[in-house]
Amino acid sequence: MGLLSDPNRRRALISLLTRLNAPICVVCYMAGVAWFMGLAFEPFTLRTYMSENAMGSTMVEERFPAGERALGTGREFSAHKKKAGGMPVDWLVKTMQSRGLEVFTQRFSRRLPFPDEDKERYMVKGTNVYGILRAPRAPRTEALVLSAPCSPGDDNNQAVGVLLGLAQYFRNQVFWAKDIIFLVNEHDLIGMQAWLEGYHHTNTTGMDWSPLQGRGGSIQAALSLELSSDVVTSLDLVLEGLNGQLPNLDLANLFYAFCQKIGVLCTTQGKLQRNDWDSVSGYSHAVQTMMLMVMKQASGRPWGDHGLFLRYHIEAATIKGINSFRQYKTDATTIGRLLEGMYRKLNNLLERLHQSYFFYLMPSLSHFVSIGYYMPAFGLLALILLLRALDLWIQLATPPTFNLNPPPSQMSSPGVLSVLTPLVISHLTGVALYTLPIHFQEIAVEHFPVSETEAVVLTAIAVYTAGLALPHNTHRGLFVPPFNGWKVLKLVAVLYLAVLLGCTALINFSLGFILALTLVPVAAFVTPDVPKALSAFIMVILSPACTLLFSVFLFQELQEMPVSFLDGWMLYLSVISQGILDHALYGSLVYPLVALLVYPCWLLFWNILFWK
Amino acid sequence: FLGEQCCTMKILTLLSLLATHLSASSVNIEENAGQFFSSGHTNNWAVLVCTSRFWFNYRHVANTLSVYRSVKRLGIPDSHIVLMLADDMACNHRNPKPATVFSHKNMELNVYGDDVEVDYRGYEVTVENFLRVLTGRLPPSTPRSKRLLSDDRSNILIYLTGHGGNGFLKFQDSEEISNVELADAFEQMWQKRRYNELLFIIDTCQGASMYERFYSPNLMALASSQVGEDSLSHQPDLAIGVHLMDRYTFYLLEFLEDIHPSSKANMNDLFKVCPKSQCVSTPGHRTDLFLRDPGSALITDFFGSVRKVEITMETINLTEPIQQVDGSVSDGSSVVPPGVHR
Repeated sequence: MGLLSDPNRRRALISLLTRLNAPICVVCYMAGVAWFMGLAFEPFTLRTYMSENAMGSTMVEERFPAGERALGTGREFSAHKKKAGGMPVDWLVKTMQSRGLEVFTQRFSRRLPFPDEDKERYMVKGTNVYGILRAPRAPRTEALVLSAPCSPGDDNNQAVGVLLGLAQYFRNQVFWAKDIIFLVNEHDLIGMQAWLEGYHHTNTTGMDWSPLQGRGGSIQAALSLELSSDVVTSLDLVLEGLNGQLPNLDLANLFYAFCQKIGVLCTTQGKLQRNDWDSVSGYSHAVQTMMLMVMKQASGRPWGDHGLFLRYHIEAATIKGINSFRQYKTDATTIGRLLEGMYRKLNNLLERLHQSYFFYLMPSLSHFVSIGYYMPAFGLLALILLLRALDLWIQLATPPTFNLNPPPSQMSSPGVLSVLTPLVISHLTGVALYTLPIHFQEIAVEHFPVSETEAVVLTAIAVYTAGLALPHNTHRGLFVPPFNGWKVLKLVAVLYLAVLLGCTALINFSLGFILALTLVPVAAFVTPDVPKALSAFIMVILSPACTLLFSVFLFQELQEMPVSFLDGWMLYLSVISQGILDHALYGSLVYPLVALLVYPCWLLFWNILFWK
Repeated sequence: FLGEQCCTMKILTLLSLLATHLSASSVNIEENAGQFFSSGHTNNWAVLVCTSRFWFNYRHVANTLSVYRSVKRLGIPDSHIVLMLADDMACNHRNPKPATVFSHKNMELNVYGDDVEVDYRGYEVTVENFLRVLTGRLPPSTPRSKRLLSDDRSNILIYLTGHGGNGFLKFQDSEEISNVELADAFEQMWQKRRYNELLFIIDTCQGASMYERFYSPNLMALASSQVGEDSLSHQPDLAIGVHLMDRYTFYLLEFLEDIHPSSKANMNDLFKVCPKSQCVSTPGHRTDLFLRDPGSALITDFFGSVRKVEITMETINLTEPIQQVDGSVSDGSSVVPPGVHR
């Protein structure tokens, strides 16, 4: 007979499962963590390579000559920006028109749900200016985008200068098969969101924008340029976009290939690549780079203006120029040549980039780990939840020895009710966490001496903490729950967590894995029988809010800018406010996910801990 | 006395020389007459096919156009060439030099020119059209320029280039032709007496697999690489941004540039084109189905359309069998005057 249908074998399997459940869970957890850490070890990674045949190798001749003139244009732009006190729309329109582009503008305005203290804005009004270079002989069916942000102060002037210089150079070439759109967006991500929504005729975030007068066909790829100095020592590639989405790996491969050809120092996550993978420091360097990428992806926010393109299936990346204390400097002409080479290769594309991976992690710019290699790390953690669920199922299915055949009808209905009540109450708390902070900010500002932003954040923390006090009262007084009612609740909670984390990990592996790292031990080992005070403390430490706090400190450590506790706490508060703002402005899903699904799930386990 | 003897001696020497010369030249005329009928063909055709499209396959189009150019230069007219190209290179939006296709970097040689006649272009280059051209099974409405109107005295050159594998050749990213189909097509041609001799050249990866299955007589085949080897491209042009030609065809073109209509180079020289040191892959050839000795087959038998004209004052007796150069006998009555075909 088969393994599972033979009753003797089944009993043996079941007894094995119940006896060894805890040790197997511990082994799985350690194996999952070890697998994840091993991903950065260089022999386990693959070298990057160009998958798209049409792009071929880097054999083009880059001839962009006008780096100095581009920097001069950047200085002009800076002067006009100061005079206009914002985006110098008229000057930009005139300059782009003189370079032979078809120029259009777009106005947009947005009132943020509460003031953004990081960027000091509340009522945002702005204008995007973009010029379209029409392909000389091609039909207007496809387009490429090069964008540079118009930032306040002295930032990114050189980026706009290089953009205009490239526009003039590109205009003189006859080999463009796609239209090239040169975009200067105001208020970085908000302006970019307005432009993209206008271009694709969607309106997902409730922004107010004027319709676009000129269009260029479906966008195949986009690059965003951030350059704030005349010379750079390295170019940094930023890939992480909204909700942890990444562009096709071929875009990163293209950038790396051209960096090697031209001889520019290129980095990812701001960290330079090292050759000594077999030494401890080399390996830890790779781990740090990979952890930075994991944390940036898990935060779900776009880390460059390119991050919003990914939602429309447009492969995009941001190239940042970094000027640090290194001897070898790269000038604007070389940067222009690198961009020219990349655009000539993107011009050769016949279809959208689809040959290479969409899900990957990069411990360095020349090595990558694909989804097939990193998913087992998460799978091992999810296995723990399934084993626990199986264990509980077996315990529930075998009646306890001192209870002589209790009729099943008596067990089932209180069982369902005793599960439903905590579920409903936890999710209502989650809904409160999601809606109350923004809606009650006026009331909070009236009664307490705080600003709106602080009000929102502190309300969120207050609701979160209030949720901890709730479970003692959920099921007292309604009815007396049966002896092992908590097991049914735990079974439901463990399966719910498994499905939730599994779906999250599919879309945003980093977020799913980080949540799994902290929530899976909680889910596996909490019962009403463990020592209450210690377990309560551990549960709070492993709750999503504290995970975020630790992540903030870890992130600062990885970037080699460690902060004191007070600064870290202020950073933590601003991270929460940014998360809520991202959701309202661009549709980031991390805040609703945590508030509406993860937090209630964690509350269920808190409920189980305090089960009477 | 001495002067008279001298004179006589000189006259005798001159007379003997004249006699030898006359007999030699009369032997030459006999030989040349034998050479007239050595190859057995009276007209030449060429079928040149490029099976790739898209900008990054620029080099395949350049390959085919280079062979087209050589073949035209050596005398085959457009009416006898069937050229099948995707033809999306010269006017491609990505071409920095519109209306040109270059075969050498530094843009020395524009093989597109202004007298290129493409017979099958774009999506018409399919396996079905290729096989119909070879076997002659075309609908009645097909114009003459798209037909291969060869007869049993035609020597045909077939040149294929593109992306291939072990036993197949890819046509325009959507279909394939297998070596079995090709061999069967040639057998159909033989049974319908559509060729006298056929030279098959293929420049693709694993090209030798395409001629493995041939079984019809009078076929000679050359390939740029053996099974399991890739044919490599020759040189990129950075201004245009693509590879311009494949190695085998590049060196073939170089070799053909030295051939002129009266050249006596033969097939053994062609087999030496592009050794492994230049080509990286190992070119192969197959001559077991060819009834003549390859050393007696001239390059111009296939690549050129040579009218054999020899002016002589001698009379040659055609009622008796003429000794052919390679020793076999041909019957004078089976000779069809050149220029006439059915």
